[in-house]
Amino acid sequence: MSRHTDQAAKTALKKGPLGQLADFFDDRTGFRAVVHEALYERVPGGARWRYVWGSTLVFAFMTQLITGLFLWASYSASAQTAWESVYYIQHEMTGGWLLRGIHHFMAQAMVVLLALHLLQVVIDGAYRAPREVNFWLGLILMMLVLGMALTGYLLPWDQKGYWATIVATNLAGIVPVLGPSIQQLVIGGNEYGHHTLTRFFAIHAGFLPGALIVMLVVHLTLFRKHGLHAKQPITKPDAMFWPDQVLKDAVAMLAVMAVVLGVILMPALKAMLAGEPIDPGHLGAELGAPADPSLPYAAARPEWYFLFLFQFLKVFEGWGATGEFLGAIVVPGLIMGVMFLMPIIGRWNLGHRFNVVFTLGILAGAGLLTALALNEDYYALWIDKAALADAERLYDETGGDEEKLAAAVGNDPAGIAAMKKQWHTLEKVRRSEAFLAASRQAKVDAARAIELAGRPERIPAAGMLELVRSDPLMQGPLLFAQHCASCHAHVDPLAPDAAAQFATASAANLFEFGGASWARGLLDPEQVGGPAYYGNTAHKEDDMVSYVTGDMTDADTWSQEQIEAVIAALAAEAGRPDPLSHPDLIAEGRKLIADGDRCGSCHRFGDNEMDLGTAPDLTGWGSREWLVGIINDPTHERFYGDTNDRMPSFGVAKEGGAPMLNSQQVGLLADWLRETWYRPASHVAGH
Amino acid sequence: MPDERRGFLTKLLAMVCGGAAVVPPVAAGLWAFLDPLSRRSGAARFMPVTELSAVPDDGIPRQFAVISDRVDAWTGFAAEPIGAVYLRREKGSDMVEALSATCPHAGCFVEMADANRCFRCPCHNSAFTLDGGIVHPSPSPRPMDGLECRVGKNGQVEVKFEKFRAGIADKVATA
Repeated sequence: MSRHTDQAAKTALKKGPLGQLADFFDDRTGFRAVVHEALYERVPGGARWRYVWGSTLVFAFMTQLITGLFLWASYSASAQTAWESVYYIQHEMTGGWLLRGIHHFMAQAMVVLLALHLLQVVIDGAYRAPREVNFWLGLILMMLVLGMALTGYLLPWDQKGYWATIVATNLAGIVPVLGPSIQQLVIGGNEYGHHTLTRFFAIHAGFLPGALIVMLVVHLTLFRKHGLHAKQPITKPDAMFWPDQVLKDAVAMLAVMAVVLGVILMPALKAMLAGEPIDPGHLGAELGAPADPSLPYAAARPEWYFLFLFQFLKVFEGWGATGEFLGAIVVPGLIMGVMFLMPIIGRWNLGHRFNVVFTLGILAGAGLLTALALNEDYYALWIDKAALADAERLYDETGGDEEKLAAAVGNDPAGIAAMKKQWHTLEKVRRSEAFLAASRQAKVDAARAIELAGRPERIPAAGMLELVRSDPLMQGPLLFAQHCASCHAHVDPLAPDAAAQFATASAANLFEFGGASWARGLLDPEQVGGPAYYGNTAHKEDDMVSYVTGDMTDADTWSQEQIEAVIAALAAEAGRPDPLSHPDLIAEGRKLIADGDRCGSCHRFGDNEMDLGTAPDLTGWGSREWLVGIINDPTHERFYGDTNDRMPSFGVAKEGGAPMLNSQQVGLLADWLRETWYRPASHVAGH
Repeated sequence: MPDERRGFLTKLLAMVCGGAAVVPPVAAGLWAFLDPLSRRSGAARFMPVTELSAVPDDGIPRQFAVISDRVDAWTGFAAEPIGAVYLRREKGSDMVEALSATCPHAGCFVEMADANRCFRCPCHNSAFTLDGGIVHPSPSPRPMDGLECRVGKNGQVEVKFEKFRAGIADKVATA
């Protein structure tokens, strides 16, 4: 045995098996030197808190990489599966809400950390020679991160991501020469759809992070090559990166993570303190209603850190196409250009000061624009609208016409100016109210979509949008507003503004049509000729009104019990019986309706032998089939025949054309009026 | 052959071979990635939107969905809402004017505002008159996009549903 092996054996004995294994690998890889190199970096002047920003950014990126990969394991990029898979992650998978929440909020934290890191580098002049290239790499890294933020916003394929992306890609389209091609390439064609998602996903999870990793490796290598840019003057002794600075970095990372978790869990804590149940699906990142190109989305806004760019486009009001080009391309491009030149500008002392002021100015400007954007959107929340009541009344009277305004304030120039100022405020309030209403509606739609997705039947293969489009609760109000509301009201008679809505309507109020309360109003002599029933129609003086206000008020002909029986029977025909109605009462009511001396003297009911055509057939009155029939064709002899007032035959196609409403739409209206839509067994989803 | 020249040739060959080996995957990738550039939407055609009687002759625009078959890459959709238009008819007129609901500024969905006195885009506040004219000052570079519209003998309102590039002064249909 040679002396050499003898010594090796002795050392091995001293080291134990783990040490031996480490030796084995170190001999073959040299990893100890690498680890030493990585950890034993000299930190001039010792570890400091101000050096942590870069490390927190690396940490944030690592968090995104980890959570992103796990999200990827459950995400499916296509127009019929993106929303659906994100819904499943958020609302059904154990811990999905937490995973998505961390990814969502860490992205926001990353933007904040980027701004801080950049600000510090500029203030410290750390871009100066020999660190110029590393500064440029940092700017490229920043753009890559912002690119990931932008592309990630679309991936859930919900309304807000969809509409924000339309704006962003349209702005890309105004780049001269190449713009339209760039736009076509990123959206994968001319229309937004499958390939918009697959491309955005590939860019978000492949191209950009791949490029980022390469750049980050070079950024960190150069950082090590040049050493840390120490803050002068150095007063303390140098220290090693490990463990002094690593400890500070780790504490900072933990703090960032704590903030992110805090934001996610805050609503849970609030609910817990209020003693309310916690639905984890509603923690973390929100998920809007599925993207619908045909449905306006007035609450479309980019993520908050892009709001300043969004607001910046409004600055160029009145500049036309030039303004948009300036706001979206030229000015942001120039700002980035100046930033790239900073290492060169900074060679002069004055240049460095310029850089600092410029960076602070840009951040302050972005902050101001963000504040302006938020103020515009939420203006109505912090303005006292009562003070504008006069201005509002005058505006509605004059329609904003200047001559009428002048006449109204007695041609007083000061009065006109004051009123115009108030009108300007009023317009801001109304815009804000429209935004807030759209935001509220977006929340309602999102909640409903999520409720529907949780049905026991699950989401159909055609995707969530089909389910949304076939939901009476979501589509009914839209169809009603478009096709029915120009004549009919749909308002609870007990609502504060019911009377005003009845007054402007020119046909019956259809709220709870088919229910006992509606039928009771119809048979009420006070109401039948009023605006909620026939008052504003051609039937105002017809037999029905005179019968209810005449014969039915005679207690000898119609006792109160008999009227109640008819109401109960009508509700039962509609399939909406009052649960308290006794079957005998309903049977009694049916007899009264069929009776040839009573309702049956005009109305067909079952086989009462009354001819069709004099009054609507009451057989199955208010049922789905009956409602579908009357919406399709009120001029049918089963309904109003040739006495039909003004109601269009929505389901009847004229020769060679299509009907105004297809059968699905008519069915949706009928179901919505009858309030038959999916209701979950329990409103608190437990997962 | 002198060593120096041989060395140069070797280097050149090494670079050419290595480069050539990498070209196919990159080129194939780009070729497929650029596919959307060769896609065209096809000529816009007239689509039935509604009936004349559904457009009140009060000068106030009404919003109508445009329903059409649609293809999204590999998926075909039958009779789906693909967008929306505003239709408007003056008192006593049988002519219908059609406006695209897409804002010419950045592509958001323009809505009726101010008690039906004007259009306003909820994104950047571009405002338009009821016939689509621009209300100054506006971020929008052009008025709302008018669409060709005709009323058939059967009273069917048909609109040539087209999309136009946003953010530029001229009304240019997308490819």
